[in-house]
Amino acid sequence: MSDTIVPGRWARFRDSYLLYSFKRDLIAQVSLVIFALLIFAAVFAPWLAPANPYDLAQIDILASELPPFWIDGADPAYLMGTDAQGRDLLSTILYGARVSLIIGFGAVLMQAVIGVSFGLMAGYLGGRVDAFLMRLADIQLSFSTLMVAIIVGALVKAIFGGATFSEYAVPLLVLIIGLAEWPQYARTVRASVLAERSKEYVDAARVMGLKSRRIMFRHILPNTLSPIFVISTVQVANAIISEAALSFLGLGMPETHPSLGSLIKSGFDYIQSGSWWITLIPGAVLVILVLVINLLGDWLRDVLNPRLYKG
Amino acid sequence: MALLEVNNLDVRFALRGGDVRALRDVCFTLDRGERLGIVGESGAGKSVAAFSLLNLIAKPGYIAGGSIIFDGKELSGMKDRGLRRVRGNRISMIFQDPMMTLNPVLSIGEQMVESLKAHRRISTREARAIALHKLNQVQIPSPETRLDQYPHELSGGMRQRVIIAIALLLDPDIIIADEPTTALDVTIQAEIMDLLLELCDKHNVGLVLITHDLGVVSQVTQRMLVMYAGRVIEQGPTREIINGPQHPYTQGLINALPQMATPGSRLNQIPGSMPSLSNLPSGCAFHPRCGFVNDANGAPRKACLDKVPGFVDSGNCRVACHMVAELVNQQQRDSREEVL
Repeated sequence: MSDTIVPGRWARFRDSYLLYSFKRDLIAQVSLVIFALLIFAAVFAPWLAPANPYDLAQIDILASELPPFWIDGADPAYLMGTDAQGRDLLSTILYGARVSLIIGFGAVLMQAVIGVSFGLMAGYLGGRVDAFLMRLADIQLSFSTLMVAIIVGALVKAIFGGATFSEYAVPLLVLIIGLAEWPQYARTVRASVLAERSKEYVDAARVMGLKSRRIMFRHILPNTLSPIFVISTVQVANAIISEAALSFLGLGMPETHPSLGSLIKSGFDYIQSGSWWITLIPGAVLVILVLVINLLGDWLRDVLNPRLYKG
Repeated sequence: MALLEVNNLDVRFALRGGDVRALRDVCFTLDRGERLGIVGESGAGKSVAAFSLLNLIAKPGYIAGGSIIFDGKELSGMKDRGLRRVRGNRISMIFQDPMMTLNPVLSIGEQMVESLKAHRRISTREARAIALHKLNQVQIPSPETRLDQYPHELSGGMRQRVIIAIALLLDPDIIIADEPTTALDVTIQAEIMDLLLELCDKHNVGLVLITHDLGVVSQVTQRMLVMYAGRVIEQGPTREIINGPQHPYTQGLINALPQMATPGSRLNQIPGSMPSLSNLPSGCAFHPRCGFVNDANGAPRKACLDKVPGFVDSGNCRVACHMVAELVNQQQRDSREEVL
């Protein structure tokens, strides 16, 4: 047999089914471009935004409720208009998207760490560990995310005061949404682990004298990554929506440090007075963000599930 | 003392309807460099025996009694930490299906290095060197390239070579091979088997070969066990068992070999099939299928129906059969009478 050349990582990627299907899926391409643009805009908000909405010195209350550029009476300095406090809406949206994305990804990371560990342990160790962890997950799932968040948020506000809450709102929201949704991961991972555990390579690893922890994380976990990726996309979208909903209810980001959700809420009071853009523009950004993430997730699910290969 | 000594091993599975005895009264020994064959139908307990040697039977199975003494140490009650030092390191195992035994997402090199590092304090570079050396030993072409390939990039025969290389990685004392060639193409079965035997000889490794294939066992092993419904019903030197099987089941198995049939006639077979372990017949588990269940008067032997046969030594073999026991007793009586 002649020597075969081992393809490098880039070559592997270039020849992969992932890229092949991506090149043929217009929706996935458009979604990825929009998603990348939004991420870029959020990450580089401090450089892209015309103004700093957190800097009170830059806010001019006289310039409040100015409409976006295509409507008469707009000030060209404020492309998307201003909100009720005179903040430049475009800048605020950019900063707000940043907050929303940080909370979305942070919460999902937290869910994944807890959920994947618990799911691996439940599936691999089985028996009482399995029963205990899965009942815990059932109990967690029987509370809705919003309910947990409202209770925790209200408790923190009551105990530490509104100022402390505002200061630690981002980590707190990550914690709340992360804790509320981990069972999604735990259940998915457990199901895949149960399927993987009965395969011979796991027996072979045990026969080699490897430790359980090593078998779980190095041998089984990589084989369960596809469903984890797929639910991660859905969960990021969900977490962003949860955060927006909490902020809308006044239990999320404070208006001085708004996320997309709290922006929508702050504009909501002015819809009747005609300043619809304060609510609708951030709302549209939120919808587009969540939509492209979900579309990417759908595409990823189709690619990673071999049973759906359409040949 | 033998390297591995198994005494009265009793393995059960705790199921809803009560314990099912998957193995009972299993006794055998294995010396350094010796080759032992375990044969039997599917479900006779061959693989359970192999797994219980490493104390690796999955729940709800457990070792209910007996002892497994390896190199002077008892394995059956040992803590996990101690067992891990034996697994892979002193006793390793080769599985049936090379497609399933390697982890699909790790490269060959990663899997080999990992096994080495689990047992020895060495650097990745040293581990790779050892892995390369072992891949050379199993005659894999261009082993350097293989180290960075993934299992799906290798053919079945190649993968089984890799698996043999992994089994030999830590220079074990015993290799348990559970039907190592069944899943392979017929054309490479002999090749892989020869390779395995050659390497075992070279490194003085004891081999436990589990198989359906009496032909392989007769050519390859020095001693053999015949299992039926969780019991070893006959054991002894392979040549003696193949040439003069004493237990009716072993006789039936050897008779069923295609080369035993006269050309043009149907192949011989043992009537019926093996009973389920959860619903064993009374007495000797083989009696419903046994052609010798009737004694000289033509009536079924009472013992066969009522009593699980014990082991009798007959020649160099140990057999669990009432008929053989009768014959042996008869012979002993005869020889005593001759002395008198």
